[in-house]
Amino acid sequence: MNTLLKMSEEDNVAVCLADGKPGETLMLTAKDGGKLDPVRLMEEIPFAHKVALEDISLDDHIIKYGEIIGIATQKIKTGQWVHVHNIEGLRGRGDKK
Amino acid sequence: MTTQFFGYPRPDGRVGIRNQVAILSVMDNTNPTAHRIADIVNGTVAVSTPYGRGQLGYDRDMTYKTLAGLVTHPNIAAVLILSLSMETADILLKLVEPCGKPVKALGLQEVGGTLDMTATGARIAADMVRTATELLRVPCSIADLVVGVECGGSDATSGLASNPAVGAFSDRLVDEGGTIVLSEPAEFMGGEHLLAARAVDEKDRQRIVEMVKRFEDVALSQGLDMQKTNPTPDNIAGGLTTLEEKSLGAIAKGGTRPVVDTLEYADQPTKKGLVVMNTPSAACESMSGLAAGGCQIIIFSTGRGNSIGATEVSPTIKVTGNPNTVQSMPENIDLDLSSIITDNESIDQAGKRVWDLVCKVANGKYTTAEVLGECQLSVSRWGLSV
Repeated sequence: MNTLLKMSEEDNVAVCLADGKPGETLMLTAKDGGKLDPVRLMEEIPFAHKVALEDISLDDHIIKYGEIIGIATQKIKTGQWVHVHNIEGLRGRGDKK
Repeated sequence: MTTQFFGYPRPDGRVGIRNQVAILSVMDNTNPTAHRIADIVNGTVAVSTPYGRGQLGYDRDMTYKTLAGLVTHPNIAAVLILSLSMETADILLKLVEPCGKPVKALGLQEVGGTLDMTATGARIAADMVRTATELLRVPCSIADLVVGVECGGSDATSGLASNPAVGAFSDRLVDEGGTIVLSEPAEFMGGEHLLAARAVDEKDRQRIVEMVKRFEDVALSQGLDMQKTNPTPDNIAGGLTTLEEKSLGAIAKGGTRPVVDTLEYADQPTKKGLVVMNTPSAACESMSGLAAGGCQIIIFSTGRGNSIGATEVSPTIKVTGNPNTVQSMPENIDLDLSSIITDNESIDQAGKRVWDLVCKVANGKYTTAEVLGECQLSVSRWGLSV
């Protein structure tokens, strides 16, 4: 059975542990094994990719492993796929001033 | 009681887990002869770089240091040095002799032609192998192990499964007195503050931050977006979206213990515990630095799949947490850690499996890279040739 894995308490994304289908409601477990509120997927989530655990606004930080991994480049809704089309990294960005 | 393994004690006090004779070519011109001798004589490994001429200053010194480190390595029993002439062979002789192993050198211009050098060299190497193979393995402490940890072909399973399992192994080896070498500082970017905070000395805390900044400045100073290169397309297809995310997953393979030292490429650790080595992020270059630094074993964590191992001098153990990779390239994977994802295996339990395999490899078990010859040496350059 497919589940979502949340790496840290502060995270606003979780990892899908198998290919996820839109409309599926998946169990969410914490890294220490604790069970959290289930999440309904809005879209297909490929194996090991991320899903939003809450609504995220433009420019909000994306938190995984309890750390900032990037910012949202558009609004993201709970259950949506989080990847290169809606977030970007902040480090090594010589293209930004 | 700490764990023991059976290894080869060397004159310089280090312990080997393999017992090969190295045929070292100091520079490009003698590479074909070194490889020819290694092909003729069983029990040898050729050590060479496609460069070695027209190098200056730091770049040249680093090449010599790396080559010397690869053959003074504890997995090597004896060394035959080949060069264009004895003048340059002597440079490496001086760097290698202090380790106390049997060492001989030949210069092409003194010996004659490449066929003469091949015949003379093969006779010397054959004698060395016959002598080396009389050496016996004796009980040694796991604290004598220096293990390099590497990742490549990463995807999101790397940070979830394989790297944390390797991290659990790293913690245990450090706790039992051994040494872990963590490399590729460009891939600490986004998590370097976590690693720096674990540095025992202030100078190492600063060095870690500097190592990462130096890489970041390459992009910043040229107005480039580093994230267009790293993460790579296969990383992205595998679920890694940003460099920060990749780095946070990568750092996990070094475990959680304090950082006791920072090293330059190919430096040999002088302290036991978790150390950081400054290497490029390209896996073969990074592993070549780890091997030259004396890592008897390298653990290589892959996500999507990466078949390559380091030079035969440092047996490389390939592990993955991606169940698809285990299915698609089983011949290149030593340890399947995907049950962390598919069966809820604990990181601790998976870390024990990594430990058990490292002990077996230390005792003589061949890795898939050794069996199939998936071994590559890439000595890094630090300047242009003139």
